[in-house]
Amino acid sequence: MSLQRDVDALRAIPLFAKVEPARLKLLAFTSEHLDYEPGEVLCRQGEPGDAAFIILEGTADVLVDTSRGRVKVATLGKNDIVGEIAILCDVPRTATVVAATRLHTLRISKDGFFNLVTQFPQVGIEIMHELAARLHHTTQRLTDVSLKLGELEARET
Amino acid sequence: MEQSIYAFIRKYSWRQQLLILGLTALSFPPLYFSLELPKTIINRALGDPDGPWVLFGQDLERTTYLFALCGLFLLLVLIGGGLKYVLNVYAGIVAERMLRRLRYQLYEHVLRFPLPHFRKVSQGELVQMINAETEALGGFVGDALAVPAFQGGTLLTILTFMFMQDPVLGFAAIALYPLQIWLIPRLQRQVNELAKQRVRQVRRNAERISETCATIREIHAHDTARYELARFSEQLGAVFWIRFAIYKKKFLIKFLNNFIAQLGPFFFFSIGGWLVIHGDITLGALVAVVGAHKDLSAPWKELLTYYQTMYDVRIKYEQTVSQFAPPGLKPAELLTGEPQRVPSFTATHLRLTGVTLLDDGGEPVLDRIELDLELPCRVALIGPAGGGREELTLLLAGLLVPHAGRVLIDDMAFHELPESVLGRKIAYIGSQPALIAGTVEDNLLYGLKHRPLRLIEPTAADRVRHARDRHEALASGNSPDPVDADWVDWEAAGVREPAERLPAMIRALDVARLTADVYAFGLRGQLPANRPELAGRILEARRAMRARLAGDERLARLVEPFDPDRYNGNATLAENLLFGMPVGRVFDLEHLASHPYVRSVLEETGLVAELQRVGYRLAQTMVELFADLPADHEYYRQFAFIAPENLPKFKAILGKTTVDRLDRLSAAERDHLLDLPFKLVVARHRLGLIDEALQARVLEARKRFREGLPAGLVGAVAFFDPNHVNPAASVQENILFGKVAYGQARAATRVAALLGEVVDAHGLRDAVIEVGLGAECGIGGARLTLAQRQKLAIAREVLRRPELVILHEPMLALDAADQPLVREALLETFRDRSVIWSLQDQDWAGRFERVLVIERGRVVADGSFAQLGGPQREPAAVAG
Repeated sequence: MSLQRDVDALRAIPLFAKVEPARLKLLAFTSEHLDYEPGEVLCRQGEPGDAAFIILEGTADVLVDTSRGRVKVATLGKNDIVGEIAILCDVPRTATVVAATRLHTLRISKDGFFNLVTQFPQVGIEIMHELAARLHHTTQRLTDVSLKLGELEARET
Repeated sequence: MEQSIYAFIRKYSWRQQLLILGLTALSFPPLYFSLELPKTIINRALGDPDGPWVLFGQDLERTTYLFALCGLFLLLVLIGGGLKYVLNVYAGIVAERMLRRLRYQLYEHVLRFPLPHFRKVSQGELVQMINAETEALGGFVGDALAVPAFQGGTLLTILTFMFMQDPVLGFAAIALYPLQIWLIPRLQRQVNELAKQRVRQVRRNAERISETCATIREIHAHDTARYELARFSEQLGAVFWIRFAIYKKKFLIKFLNNFIAQLGPFFFFSIGGWLVIHGDITLGALVAVVGAHKDLSAPWKELLTYYQTMYDVRIKYEQTVSQFAPPGLKPAELLTGEPQRVPSFTATHLRLTGVTLLDDGGEPVLDRIELDLELPCRVALIGPAGGGREELTLLLAGLLVPHAGRVLIDDMAFHELPESVLGRKIAYIGSQPALIAGTVEDNLLYGLKHRPLRLIEPTAADRVRHARDRHEALASGNSPDPVDADWVDWEAAGVREPAERLPAMIRALDVARLTADVYAFGLRGQLPANRPELAGRILEARRAMRARLAGDERLARLVEPFDPDRYNGNATLAENLLFGMPVGRVFDLEHLASHPYVRSVLEETGLVAELQRVGYRLAQTMVELFADLPADHEYYRQFAFIAPENLPKFKAILGKTTVDRLDRLSAAERDHLLDLPFKLVVARHRLGLIDEALQARVLEARKRFREGLPAGLVGAVAFFDPNHVNPAASVQENILFGKVAYGQARAATRVAALLGEVVDAHGLRDAVIEVGLGAECGIGGARLTLAQRQKLAIAREVLRRPELVILHEPMLALDAADQPLVREALLETFRDRSVIWSLQDQDWAGRFERVLVIERGRVVADGSFAQLGGPQREPAAVAG
């Protein structure tokens, strides 16, 4: 059953890993499949985002506009999620994502995600745990980096 | 209108009334003799054993004599009844004609009301007065002379008969009439007074209901439903107490009347019996008198009622008529008349001299305006809202009449010009345009329908009907104009040949930038049945579409075509089974399985049990997914196959058995399961419930459904056929001939673009727009957005090419990007004619030759844009 496949794909995403399977099933059921041709744009840098995409098949390039032109910063493949920040808060897309091959995605809309969270606060708490863990991780790395930076500066002076 | 109901009756129906009187007079002789005959039968045929029995000079045998008399009696009864029938029908016709005339006159008065009066009257009250309250008046008109003549005559005939039998009995019969004549009207007057109160109260109810409809958003937004319910309850209560009082009085009157009527037999049997015993009158005479007295009470009651109604109706008529004659009523000849001289609107002057307009409180809204516009002109009116700008545009359009001063065109005063001049030469586009309930085309052509121009090829039957309708309309003083004629004055729109009509309409839509909207309506609309040549072109477009899709793999993914031999994964199970569009209500896609024929097809193909199992699994998934959601969650509407209130029912079904033992369920429960899967779309729902084996069997059922369709159901479904246009499907569905695929990025946009290319390549765009013109606008244009309504109002005026167009903030609801485009297109369209435009955005004033600043009811500045200081903002002069 392909709905089950979607649920599996969702569970493979760390953000959703701890969410109850029944809720993920509802999220999968209310999300839609979207296919892209090579070269088609999933989202554009600077535009407001309203959905995240989970790649079920194919690969996509992540491109960032810089002062030196457009730079490819990553390639995404199966079970990767893209644009998850957009469904958590209102920020413009930070990168442009373009299908590199024929791409098969599951589109999680912001509305669908929020419906899930407001209806089942437990889902929100689990996602909060995951985000807090990430924040902790990021903070720790930042601390490391700051320490390293301090050392480097100390060495220069 | 006539001041009293009697004047109204006299003026419009005296001939008919005379005829009614004549018929009435004719009906008395049979009545008299039908009273006389029973006496002869009893006294001569039965009571006199010796004869002779002579009838019309013939000496008859006794039995023959009896039957001859009885036959005669029957004949007289028939003649009397027949005459009464004719009389009643005729009186009914007269009443209905007068009612029709009265309603027509009242409606015509509404059309003549001065515009400000509509602020004072409530729509609900007008409806109530024209529809309901006139009913009693009309009924009375038919009876006005007939009832007193007929019932009075009947009464007199019967009384004459009684007095002929015995004067004492005659007196006995009417002994109590003086009492009734004195007492009953007094009581009745109180009832009438209450009835009048009730009418006023019911009018207030009507007003409240129409106010509720108008303010429904406010009621919900302010949570005042309870307050409104209380108010309405209070009003209904008032009606109740009035009715209660009426009942008490009304039935008292009835009691008194009945009692007095029953006193008659008391006198007859006592006095009459005494007379019979003493041999002063015969038994036959007494029986006849008792019988006659029974007949007497009916006309007497009718007469009393008539007297009461007359009193009531007289006042009701005066009350109603006074409501429809407000001061400033437009003379009737200005409404539909033609002018003696048509003033020019080009190369002349439009002047305002001392024009003053007062508001309801008597304060000036426009104060002694002096203005001289040389036509053609291009004038902008600017100034603060409420400063008199809108009122000035209404005055210039002849929609408001000034309280002092005059508006002159070509030295002719506006208020003396008929609407056939003002309404054709001048167009007014306000900020709240109203549309009629009808199609886009009806609305677009509304401004061209001034008078009937051509009868649409009447058939012989039509001609008879037209003649009959016309005769009847004239008999009621109504308009004899046939509505189903062609009223559209294409000449005025500059259209000479039928072939130019559509292009002219499209040009008008283009100016208002409404064409794309109407094209979209057209794609969703159905092909008109009267355009067979279009079908061929649509089929060509369908083939071209097919070729385009087949030629490009990327495009092919966007649409899944209808194929009689394949299951369409992007269509519902119901659509796949039917493989066509239901026509009418015989087949309901939502509940397909409940139709007996569908059911029989499913049983023949062995699909019932299979689909019940699919339904069971679907119910399982639904219960699992939706069990924890509150009943009002929007997901039910968007995604669920089961309404929240039915979820417990399916939970119970699931609890009873497993998918393999559905036989444990009742037939009704199995039917519930069978109903579920028909909305399943394989590509969308991804539940894997309809596998390929099942799809193959659905295809088999599809075939069987079509082949075995009983003759009676043939018209109920329009099958998809690659080589024929489907009349029940939309234009878009016919060209696409398939379903837009789920799960393809931007599929809808890309398909729409592709469709547009195909439509253009086959020269079908105009045809699609033509279909779109047939789209319904809804009541007051409710199905259109406000922007579409405003655009349609603009296109309507563009099409009819007036000499002078007056606009007051006509496109506030339009997209900011559209506004300047429409403005320029309008100015270009009217470049040789006159435009007076009341602007909200004063930056636009630069596009006009002359700018007037209106403030506090005066023209405070007048000149070119540059003279008035150009585009910089001066708060005092240019706020708005």
